[in-house]
Amino acid sequence: MLVRPKAGILDPQGQAVESSLRQLGFPVGEARVGRVVDLEVEASDPAQARAEVEQMCHRLLANPLIESFEIELEGA
Amino acid sequence: MTERPRIAVVVFPGSNDDRDAAWALHALGAEPVLAWHGDEELPERVAGVVLPGGFSYGDYLRCGAIARFAPALDAVRRFAADGGPVLGICNGFQILCEAGLLPGVLRPNRSLEFVCRDVRVRVERADTLLTARCTHGQNLTIPVKHGEGCWYAPDELYAELAGLDQIVLRYEDNPNGSVHDVAGVCNREGNVLGLMPHPEHAVDPLLGPADGAFILASLVDAARDRERAFV
Repeated sequence: MLVRPKAGILDPQGQAVESSLRQLGFPVGEARVGRVVDLEVEASDPAQARAEVEQMCHRLLANPLIESFEIELEGA
Repeated sequence: MTERPRIAVVVFPGSNDDRDAAWALHALGAEPVLAWHGDEELPERVAGVVLPGGFSYGDYLRCGAIARFAPALDAVRRFAADGGPVLGICNGFQILCEAGLLPGVLRPNRSLEFVCRDVRVRVERADTLLTARCTHGQNLTIPVKHGEGCWYAPDELYAELAGLDQIVLRYEDNPNGSVHDVAGVCNREGNVLGLMPHPEHAVDPLLGPADGAFILASLVDAARDRERAFV
């Protein structure tokens, strides 16, 4: 799953990355820094796995005030 | 003099201001008790709670995000719901926000730098349990030391909190970029307060400013009142 700062939320880490990249000569636009969490879950079907990971995001992995999240599933 | 009210200081793995808090509370007339994060109940006869500063659980994921699942936090939640005074300092503030006991969230400082210096905060409310020794508009000089002290709430939430008078302290010289210079907020009932500055580091004039005593002595008073109500 991918957690990222919500649109409109100031992201000082992203700003620091952005200015470093510019200093290196890369003409980048805005940079935003999020977080990837790789999880192994056992589930009978993809829908159940997704529902479970959504619960994890709501309860711990993302703070809804400042972060949004996306879930991507890969079958074993 | 009445006997000393018991105030629990909850110790998490990675707390590092627990002993300073206990020392300051003792200096101000309380009997501090260190309480372990894994305990499901607060120590007996506890009439006040401090969540101290530090880096609970290594600040992994987000500051305070993991500590809120500690068994002791459930006990703190019950204590707060019962009207008991709870003070969260720095990491303790972050934990209270993540636990939903206080509104908003603490984010990395706007400067991305760790700040460690005395700051001036203005008392916006002197009528909460934890600021009763202060006067409205009073300036307190208290040190901060944090990398993630930038309090944030979306506009609608901030407007609601301001309307309900839950902003208790504001920086005169904002060290971290918090929205509307917020340094400390309380819950709706006014018995739970979180702040980024460290009052426990500012109680003895020998070591610099002693304005932290206004906050901590308010807590000691509140604990003493609560204890009397029990007898």
